[in-house]
Amino acid sequence: MRGAAGGGAEEGGVTVAAPVRSLRISVEINGEPYELEVSTRRLLVHVLRDDLNLTGTHIGCDTGNCGACTIHLNGEPVKSCMLLAVQADGARITTVEGLAPDGELTPLQQAFSEAHALQCGYCTPGMLMSASALLAANPSPSEEEIRIALQGNICRCTGYWNIIEAVQAAARGGKAS
Amino acid sequence: MLLREVEYARPATVEEAVSLLASYEGARPLAGGQTLLNVMKARAAAPEVLVDLADLDELRRIGFSEDGMLELGAMVTYAQLVSSSEVEVARPILAEVAATIADVQVRNRGTVGGNVCVADPTNHLPPLLVALDARFTIRGPESERTVPAEEFFLGVYLTAVGEGELLTKVSVPPASNAGDGFAGVTIGRHGTYIANAAATVSGEGVRIALGCVAGTPVRATAMEERLAGGDFSEEAVRAAAQGLGATLDPPSDVHGSAEYRRHLAEVSAVCAVLQAAARRKGA
Repeated sequence: MRGAAGGGAEEGGVTVAAPVRSLRISVEINGEPYELEVSTRRLLVHVLRDDLNLTGTHIGCDTGNCGACTIHLNGEPVKSCMLLAVQADGARITTVEGLAPDGELTPLQQAFSEAHALQCGYCTPGMLMSASALLAANPSPSEEEIRIALQGNICRCTGYWNIIEAVQAAARGGKAS
Repeated sequence: MLLREVEYARPATVEEAVSLLASYEGARPLAGGQTLLNVMKARAAAPEVLVDLADLDELRRIGFSEDGMLELGAMVTYAQLVSSSEVEVARPILAEVAATIADVQVRNRGTVGGNVCVADPTNHLPPLLVALDARFTIRGPESERTVPAEEFFLGVYLTAVGEGELLTKVSVPPASNAGDGFAGVTIGRHGTYIANAAATVSGEGVRIALGCVAGTPVRATAMEERLAGGDFSEEAVRAAAQGLGATLDPPSDVHGSAEYRRHLAEVSAVCAVLQAAARRKGA
């Protein structure tokens, strides 16, 4: 710490609050408001899984490559392993559990089931979050647009074709071809 | 991966952010975090204090200065560039290139400022911004300064932003009667570049910048001079690129030998110039 007093930093007449190692954040997760005290070193995915037991969000690579941890942050798909929990302060979050809060599958989830769009299922939560964000913004995507939207999601069973078919089926109104 | 302990502040103004960066040893700005958090997981960097720029709305703006420069706040995301009507009007190449960076999730978080301040030699924006002759505005505790792109990138992971300073915006000249191009070879469809080139053709001449062949973008000045006559036929552009590779000293790695990168640099420069010239004609 350079030339800063205990309670905060003062430089050029600007007084600011001192940095902290733990912060109380307000977030809305799957429609429910939460007030959480989180350590600043923790990733959002860990808070979702370990503190809130929302284990539908998977950790695949932990390096931002695989997309298994994809959630919606204010409606946009982002990787929750590439976000500190404190960065989500004030945000509206949807996890895979939030897609079907009453247990009834959405047309997209139904289409994944019918088109056999999962083998081991590890990537599925992330695929669903990326695909649902795509369909919300673009209800009739082309195959190319689906591929681009799912580029950040890796399926190591390599079952991409059925995943694309499922998204196409959901876009057509839930009917698999 | 649990990160090393780190202190965190989310200032409400740019002044506060700069004050924090200048006051705390080991303080680092946190923009979208799409590089920095990975670097922290790998323990390749261990900032003592993260200064989160998320609340600085003025850094999220895309607009025009009084003299018509396209101004991109440092916290403007790739997704913003892709959908911005200002970018579309002024310099659509920025949206085109941003749309090929990583994937949707990363484009929703990753920022212009992060891309250029990380200054990874394989990043997309540094060569493009050199070709576009962009200006970088850096705020320090005492004053603000503006540096041209070629003085901004100083080395691998090294820029003109000093300790206790913050990049606030990138200004791009308007494309009056200019055409822009960008070409290269990636690892996979939207992957990391092995080599790339950006080019601008305008009434003032040609600017060509090469990426991935040195610690910073490299201006292909000899090629620019050979094209000064204004002949942008494929034959003339190919002839102008002759010998460009031999002037470079690129690295070798698992994705390509130095020799291959020299070849790709030449081919990329030709493609980028032809694209820029065709667009200028079409304008």
